[in-house]
Amino acid sequence: MHIKDDHYTRLLQGLAYTVIILGSLACLIPFLLIISASLTSNDSIIRDGYHLIPAEFSLEGYKTVFTFPDEVLRAYGVTLFTTLTGTTLGLFFMTMAGYVLARKDFKYRNTFSFYIYFTTLFGGGLVPWYIMMTKYLHLTDSYGALILPGLMTPFLIILMKNFIRSAVPEELFESAKIDGAGDFKIYWRIVLQLSMPGIATVGLFLALTYWNDWFSSSLFINDTHKYQLQFHLYNVINSASFIANMGAGTGVSLGADLPTESTKMAMAIVVTGPILFLYPFIQRYFVKGLTIGAVKG
Amino acid sequence: MLLPALLFFLVNSYFPMVGVYYAFTQFDFNSGLFDAPFVGLKNFEFLWKSGTLIKLTLNTIGYNLAFILLGNVLAIVCAILLSELRHKWFKKLTQSIMFLPYFVSFVILSVIVYNVFNYDSGFLNTLLARFGAGPVDVYNKPLVWIFLIILFYLWKNLGYSMVIYLAAITGISDEYYEAAKIDGAHIFQRIWYITVPMLKSTFVVLLLFSLGSIMKGQFDLFYQLIGNNGVLYNTTDILDTYVFRSLKVTFDIGMATAAGLYQSLFGFILIMTVNYMIRKINDDYALF
Repeated sequence: MHIKDDHYTRLLQGLAYTVIILGSLACLIPFLLIISASLTSNDSIIRDGYHLIPAEFSLEGYKTVFTFPDEVLRAYGVTLFTTLTGTTLGLFFMTMAGYVLARKDFKYRNTFSFYIYFTTLFGGGLVPWYIMMTKYLHLTDSYGALILPGLMTPFLIILMKNFIRSAVPEELFESAKIDGAGDFKIYWRIVLQLSMPGIATVGLFLALTYWNDWFSSSLFINDTHKYQLQFHLYNVINSASFIANMGAGTGVSLGADLPTESTKMAMAIVVTGPILFLYPFIQRYFVKGLTIGAVKG
Repeated sequence: MLLPALLFFLVNSYFPMVGVYYAFTQFDFNSGLFDAPFVGLKNFEFLWKSGTLIKLTLNTIGYNLAFILLGNVLAIVCAILLSELRHKWFKKLTQSIMFLPYFVSFVILSVIVYNVFNYDSGFLNTLLARFGAGPVDVYNKPLVWIFLIILFYLWKNLGYSMVIYLAAITGISDEYYEAAKIDGAHIFQRIWYITVPMLKSTFVVLLLFSLGSIMKGQFDLFYQLIGNNGVLYNTTDILDTYVFRSLKVTFDIGMATAAGLYQSLFGFILIMTVNYMIRKINDDYALF
């Protein structure tokens, strides 16, 4: 049986479709602008400015980026390495911490929970932390400086703890113990197997943070060979001398008429590429993980 | 097994707390922690007298309040509208599109802003020229950036909070709506009297979490959009950007530590007070 819509329902439907379509366009058009600009010839941009549809189609932007691919590829490598290492290590440490804190028979779990949580309430601030990293840990120009800052966050540990608590029933620990499994074995064979959705969500959060990180580079890295991808892009956008630098040392002289504007945009696309490509797959997990987190409170 | 985490927070969070001592010294990079000459509250005094602290505090809190309130309200409205869409594929598609900005980096955001507002060839000026209007130099207009920053914050985060609210809406039992329908409530009444009240607890939880970071907040956003453009500082400088600049650009370590300590301490007191008040009103919602 189909009940005919009253005019309120129709009004809401109209409103919903209008607002959501407008919202989606607002989220999509900025990306189209960049893509279009990356495909426009630089002359056309200088003369007429950016358009939504390329005024003069050209691939020179991408050509320039890939004429000297070394820097981009190196930055890709750095980011890929830090993302993989950071996410793996971070996940390992955080699931372990989450597991211990989720165990009801662990006596000091409240104390340690608070010990971790307190760091979100109060901290020394950026400067003492910076001095700690550079002066005492000597992490300047090392991969450690790129990996360490994002390794663990209280928020994700608490998320992990809650997830393990709801995914693994208490009795399972007991029975595994009676069967003679040690704590680490319980963690490895039972907890990790049962918490996969939680691990996926936390892992995605971590990976995304590492992938999009530019801040660590800007604070700790002076060696241009160790720049993260995002920081490399940041420099391309913000330095007019970028093109000159790209040609330097390669023995190729570059004219003044290089497609700087379209190169910037092409570079942005190259950097964003993997995310846009993986997005449909990642997004599903994110929505699922967030949904579980939100419903469980 | 807890050891790595404990060690990490000890080094990363607790040791630097000792470093707040720098706030009371005339620090230079070559001396050790306790070699730097002690100057008492001089750094704070200077920050206070120059009016910097008040300006930074107002900016920081103002922006964060706008982010939290507008962000949540908009997310609720969009989540409700999205949940009313009829076509399932369309719902999925639009949800994905609106979630997309959350995934790209703040550097990309700055590319977008550059693309749109850049004076010579920005999209905005191209558009204005087509309608015969003169170009606008947005980077020279401090007041405009208040709106731009809030706008781009919403743009980037709407999809994320929308998903959380959408999950809460999906959790509401259909029976409520059926009953209301039979009682003759039209769709707007059903939304207003069922959906909105049901979202209250999600709203409160998100609100409390974001209040905790009200003194920090969105360094990436501000730094990527504004950078070191001094013309805009008056309306766009927050504690985070000030501290960062003091550290990396002006090398004013003592001052930067003082501002950072003030930020931490003020935030700490703020959270404690808010939490205390909430506990008085309704214990269930308190953070701890």
